[in-house]
Amino acid sequence: MEKVGVYDELDNLKATELRLGLPGTEETVSCGKSNKRALPNNTEKEIESTGKTETASPPKAQIVGWPPVRSYRKNNIQTKKNESEGQGNYVKVSMDGAPYLRKIDLTMYKQYPELMKSLENMFKFSVGEYFEREGYKGSDFVPTYEDKDGDWMLVGDVPWEMFVSSCKRLRIMKGSEVKGLGCGV
Amino acid sequence: MGLRFPPKVLEHILSFIDSNEDRNSVSLVCKSWFETERKTRKRVFVGNCYAVSPAAVTRRFPEMRSLTLKGKPHFADYNLVPDGWGGYAWPWIEAMAAKSSSLEEIRMKRMVVTDECLEKIAASFKDFKVLVLTSCEGFSTDGIAAIAATCRNLRVLELRECIVEDLGGDWLSYFPESSTSLVSLDFSCLDSEVKISDLERLVSRSPNLKSLKLNPAVTLDGLVSLLRCAPQLTELGTGSFAAQLKPEAFSKLSEAFSNCKQLQSLSGLWDVLPEYLPALYSVCPGLTSLNLSYATVRMPDLVELLRRCSKLQKLWVMDLIEDKGLEAVASYCKELRELRVFPSEPDLDATNIPLTEQGLVFVSKGCRKLESVLYFCVQFTNAALFTIARKRPNLKCFRLCVIEPFAPDYKTNEPLDKGFKAIAEGCRDLRRLSVSGLLSDKAFKYIGKHAKKVRMLSIAFAGDSDLMLHHLLSGCQSLKKLEIRDCPFGDTALLEHAAKLETMRSLWMSSCFVSFGACKLLSQKMPRLNVEVIDEHPPESRPESSPVERIYIYRTVAGPRMDTPEFVWTIHKNPENGVSHLAIK
Repeated sequence: MEKVGVYDELDNLKATELRLGLPGTEETVSCGKSNKRALPNNTEKEIESTGKTETASPPKAQIVGWPPVRSYRKNNIQTKKNESEGQGNYVKVSMDGAPYLRKIDLTMYKQYPELMKSLENMFKFSVGEYFEREGYKGSDFVPTYEDKDGDWMLVGDVPWEMFVSSCKRLRIMKGSEVKGLGCGV
Repeated sequence: MGLRFPPKVLEHILSFIDSNEDRNSVSLVCKSWFETERKTRKRVFVGNCYAVSPAAVTRRFPEMRSLTLKGKPHFADYNLVPDGWGGYAWPWIEAMAAKSSSLEEIRMKRMVVTDECLEKIAASFKDFKVLVLTSCEGFSTDGIAAIAATCRNLRVLELRECIVEDLGGDWLSYFPESSTSLVSLDFSCLDSEVKISDLERLVSRSPNLKSLKLNPAVTLDGLVSLLRCAPQLTELGTGSFAAQLKPEAFSKLSEAFSNCKQLQSLSGLWDVLPEYLPALYSVCPGLTSLNLSYATVRMPDLVELLRRCSKLQKLWVMDLIEDKGLEAVASYCKELRELRVFPSEPDLDATNIPLTEQGLVFVSKGCRKLESVLYFCVQFTNAALFTIARKRPNLKCFRLCVIEPFAPDYKTNEPLDKGFKAIAEGCRDLRRLSVSGLLSDKAFKYIGKHAKKVRMLSIAFAGDSDLMLHHLLSGCQSLKKLEIRDCPFGDTALLEHAAKLETMRSLWMSSCFVSFGACKLLSQKMPRLNVEVIDEHPPESRPESSPVERIYIYRTVAGPRMDTPEFVWTIHKNPENGVSHLAIK
């Protein structure tokens, strides 16, 4: 039920549209009811919804804060699982501005360039070039990670193996926040 | 007539009234009752730390001995509130240190507490007895050490699911040898190992110790020796149960548990191997509370344990218990009042979850005293909800999380409207409700109409339009807290029912379709509400009609808060930002 509203700045609206889709993609991801959430419509009366059968198709992306399980609990169960299964080292990846997170398995990569490429593909951005002194140059995006001590570090500074063993999660920072990491932006 | 109660008589009568709701009513009767009540209130509860100023509270209640404070909105638990939003404990602690130095108890939930705060508490309150921090953050083990070292009459120190900067296990050694007053110690959320010998000595010299909750770093050996020092415990949170199974270890553990004849509550049990569970059998008949939600134990072993727990009133468990396990609970645990079933794989990707709606139906049928439910399940049916409502009209708290967003009744493909209607209509005493699954506006019409006592309502991925919010805000007479995410309603209902918001503690909306213009209008219309737009992109940089990411609205007598970060917009920060051409009724 797509109704074009009375808004002038349609492009702007589409850019800020709230929907379950990654930036840069046009279809909504999996979770059904895609047409209901196309545009806000304040004058709409009750819409009869008789059984939306669109159940999800794999793979599902993560929705922030869903299911509603406290991080404390999530961390306690997941770390145990990873340790016991001994396979895969899945870490969450968030990108500033993206509505939800992804997960990647760090054991699937052998070095930084492979990881960067995969991230660039996943989130449709590019990360610039890495310099030992100045960090990442040539892009608004900077890859960072949270290490075991809870500190946020620049991806690429430490040897790969050390990175894999200490990385708890990744965050691709964007724009003004990046300045603090001493990157040439 | 001129009959007046002498204040002393009124004071005496009021000393029997504990409930703050009743005391609030008392204080509305007349000025002298207000005065007498405020001078005698010892336990103060502030549900939203920004609703009232610390100065106002310390001024009104000079005899305050216990303060409970809540900070961040509930959805902060699920990472929906960005870091740095607020909820700082410092202004409160500073105010109380200056004006209420005989304060004995502080309980805080979802607040930012620094080491400075803890040091100030330790230094300022001579007879400090109770510190309970739930889901708090911002402090390190150094702050805990300060409390341990200085508070000579400390009875309760509980850190529940806090995020603590863990600098090591030394903090425990700061309890002086003269400290013998401990009744409850909970450090289950800390990572570092503490010296077991220090802990043993502390426990041995604390004859009043009733509750002890260890962190996972405490080994089984440590647990055994601690139980030997404190067989009088009524509440125990074990450390990690992961250890090589040695026959002597098992029998030592068994023996230690069997000596704890007063144990009523058991939790922790991280990584417990099924082979160790029989060590717990001796305490099962006395248990009223059991938290197995971190124990990755499977159904048959769980049932062996649970069938011995005939007095169990509270059970927290993972979905590994399966429908069959819950069927067993329904037949053995007849005293059950509270059930929480957590997902063992809290991801949308999760497959093979062995639990269906049937499990909850079993428990609803078999446990007559069941009044509180939190249940995670992939899918649900209206039929199950009908049964639950019919069998358990005494439910007070019903939180159903259908993990699959927009999941309809999987047998009929209909929305779950009718099922939740049955719950709202049938469970007259329902105080807390969380809905999920495929729901149309109709569901909210029923909830608005029938859920007369619901105070807290949580909604995600539901509804079709503004009508949903309209039904809720025009019905739900007792509504105090409403939190909504990812629902397609907009400005109209919100603005139409603005007055209702002053009767509530707070309203949270995220990923809905409320425009920035409406937020501004609401801020202007309702000066006694704080309207916060929490958006990582400044809303002023976008057209007024564009939706904002999150809104948090709460009533307050403290006025605008001065500690908002950059990403929180309020009208007070931008007073020249009047409402433009957006004309909404």
